[in-house]
Amino acid sequence: MTSILQVTGLTKHFDGLAAVSDVSFEVKRGELLALIGPNGAGKTTCFNMLMGQLKPTAGKVEFNGRDITGLPPRKVWRLGIGRTFQITGTYPSMTVVENIQMALLSHHRRLFDFKSYAHLEYKKEAINLLELVGMPEQAERACAILAYGDLKRLELAIALAHEPSLLLMDEPTAGMAPRERIALMQLTADIVEQRNISALFTEHDMDVVFAHAHRIIVLNRGEVIASGSVEQIRNDAQVREVYLGGGTLYQSADGSADGEHSHA
Amino acid sequence: MGLIFAQLLTGLANAAALFLVASGLSLIFGVTRIVNFSHGSFYMLGAFIGYSLMQVLPGAIGFWSSVLLAGVAVGIIGVIVEILVLRPVYKAPELFQLVATFGVILVIQDLALLIWGAEDVLGPRAPGLKGIVRIMGEPVPKFDLALIAITPFVLFALWYLLTKTRVGILVRAATQDREMVGALGVNQAWLFTGVFFLGAALAGLGGAIQLPKGGADLLMDFTILASIFVVVVIGGMGSLPGAYIAAVLISVLNVFGVSYLPQSTLVLMFVVMAVVLTIRPYGLLGREEKAGEHGQVGEPELPIKPASLTIRLLVLALIALLACLPFVAPSFFTILATDVIVFCLFAASLHFILGLGGLVSFGHAAFFGTGAYVAALLVTYVGTPMELAFLLAPVGAFLLAIIIGWLCLRLSGVYFAMLTLALAQLVWSLVFQWDDFTGGDDGLVDIWPSAWLRDTTSYFYFTMVIGIGGILFLRHLAHSPFGYALRASRDSARQAEATGIHTKRIQWVSFAIAGALAGVAGALFVFSKGSVFPVELEIAKSFDGLIVVFLGGVKTLSGGVVGAAALTLVQDYITRFEYWRLALGLLIILVVIIAPNGIVGSLRKLAHWLPFGRSKST
Repeated sequence: MTSILQVTGLTKHFDGLAAVSDVSFEVKRGELLALIGPNGAGKTTCFNMLMGQLKPTAGKVEFNGRDITGLPPRKVWRLGIGRTFQITGTYPSMTVVENIQMALLSHHRRLFDFKSYAHLEYKKEAINLLELVGMPEQAERACAILAYGDLKRLELAIALAHEPSLLLMDEPTAGMAPRERIALMQLTADIVEQRNISALFTEHDMDVVFAHAHRIIVLNRGEVIASGSVEQIRNDAQVREVYLGGGTLYQSADGSADGEHSHA
Repeated sequence: MGLIFAQLLTGLANAAALFLVASGLSLIFGVTRIVNFSHGSFYMLGAFIGYSLMQVLPGAIGFWSSVLLAGVAVGIIGVIVEILVLRPVYKAPELFQLVATFGVILVIQDLALLIWGAEDVLGPRAPGLKGIVRIMGEPVPKFDLALIAITPFVLFALWYLLTKTRVGILVRAATQDREMVGALGVNQAWLFTGVFFLGAALAGLGGAIQLPKGGADLLMDFTILASIFVVVVIGGMGSLPGAYIAAVLISVLNVFGVSYLPQSTLVLMFVVMAVVLTIRPYGLLGREEKAGEHGQVGEPELPIKPASLTIRLLVLALIALLACLPFVAPSFFTILATDVIVFCLFAASLHFILGLGGLVSFGHAAFFGTGAYVAALLVTYVGTPMELAFLLAPVGAFLLAIIIGWLCLRLSGVYFAMLTLALAQLVWSLVFQWDDFTGGDDGLVDIWPSAWLRDTTSYFYFTMVIGIGGILFLRHLAHSPFGYALRASRDSARQAEATGIHTKRIQWVSFAIAGALAGVAGALFVFSKGSVFPVELEIAKSFDGLIVVFLGGVKTLSGGVVGAAALTLVQDYITRFEYWRLALGLLIILVVIIAPNGIVGSLRKLAHWLPFGRSKST
């Protein structure tokens, strides 16, 4: 498998705080890669640097061999990366289907079209996407009144609108009921397989992660502390320590400062 | 050298009143998030009340206690305004309150006229400080020195109040997170009222303390408004030391301007502001404003759909009815209808960026006025035929909107609003002070349409075609992909950017389109009146636009047009009375309180209640 996203030495400092330091990993084509870690580990910061919402202090992000470090999100999107957010950011003044039509209009570079009626454009494609995420009956509802779980599914449909080759999903199932979580992740896994695309996602629900991820990267305090297959991560002593305690204690015995060195 | 030093001192003295008023505005905005347009009126009231008190209270003690009492009195008036007018509308969409404060301006204007008459009042000289002292050979009024000495104390006292006392800590906490302060058990309502008292009192003090230098008149409310906005923005919203530095900067520049560049004193102030904000977008000592706080708060707007066949037929019938007007009514009504259409187009263009774009521009009159002036200047100087002038007017407004939009769109929220106001004032001051070219206050006259449009009726039809055409064009734009992209940028800039939309560019283009259409309205205006004066570019004109958009309903497509038509008709009727400002002000306040969703929004709500209203829309 060739790599589609290559991250090297990604670092972000907020004033004195190293939110992400020297993170390197790759996403292979067709892979469903999970980025996990406790709260404050730097997952969202990492995501924001991948798509350009944040400029990294140091490091490099390459997409299909092309350096995209520091490009604005809209350009990264045009190259074929779709993204969903931890807190949804749909357009409440539009209907559900119009939210997807908006992304389709942008994809077909029709934003400066003054003539057509927007709500008639790409409607069929938009409905198809809604069917894909299982909510075609909600097409004409106002987006503002959707339940949170439905918003998450809508966001996924929007992220798929420009047929991306890589999906970035920041906590796609946050705020959903357990049954819904499993269903949404199953859906994502199916889409990744059917369309032969790749996905990188962060997640707190370990059931979801272990059930669907092909590979897992664990972040703690801005650093990668482990990466490997589901089985490897499950049995990693340090990962267990991070999740079950000890992660916030200073390791004074060997004299190494807190979080400064990575442990193999 | 001595002269320059003396001028510096004059500037510092002038800064005193400016700082007092501006710090009050900054304080009120910081805590309540209300852009208090009536702050200039508090300043004016301070001056008049101070004057009246000084007539009664004798001597130096009388003078200074008059100043203080004027401050307290205006503070109390501020409290009354806050409780009666603003409390009922805190829950309304953000920035809606500014319409209410505009109503307050009108009410206070007429009350001041009623009590103190139309004559300008000369302020008494301060007892004990009447003379001058010579500094380096130059005469400097003693009173100026007193003002220079007092201001730092006020600044220090405010600083102490805000940083060292418990009340001050609560106020600062409220500027950062109102909800949290409420959750901690602080009664926000009284905190707001208290801040309003302090802010209004500062404005009153400023008005009273400048009496020996400037006196009092009925125009001073608007005169100071632009200056204090500039001071607050240059200094940085919410920063008192910033306000002080900016007040000194502006006042000193003004004094030097009067001596060395008398033709451009007004221009100077706005140029300084534009320069400062280009280098430091959030003012000298301001902090970055979080975007997305303004314009679209409260209930989300309903999804829009092009009008149904019934509505289209209804509008068509209305237009047909309007077209019959010249045959059935005296020509007076035709002229009135022309005015209404022109104002509706102006309001619709503002509504386009304000409602759909969430860009609250306080300076939209600049484009209306530019359209009018471009046409008028072409006719006056080059003898351009009307048809060509009419085509070039929107081009001029469009180009201006491109420049102003580029400067302003780097900012958001209230900084955007303030910068649009300042740049519009820059354009106004250019027109106002460039006598040789623009005619200054005398305006440009004799700008008549071509022969085929010379009579009222044919010009009315011309206005109908262009005006209604423009309005329908904007309405169609709202439904086009471009209009959707504009709304997407407003609803969630993050999501829009993450799906390939260059939000700033979309907003920039829409700002320019709105400017061009305001320019069309301006051109229609100038040829219907035959003349144009700087008043068409003034703050008051921009505010008129804002008021009708908010009154009509920001979150409805037809809000701007309905509001504009309603206000023009009401105004036409009401201005026949002597104290019409009072009546109009009260009417505006009343509408704001009763119908916080605007006229169209409230009608829509009403229709929901009625059994037949809830029909096709889902």
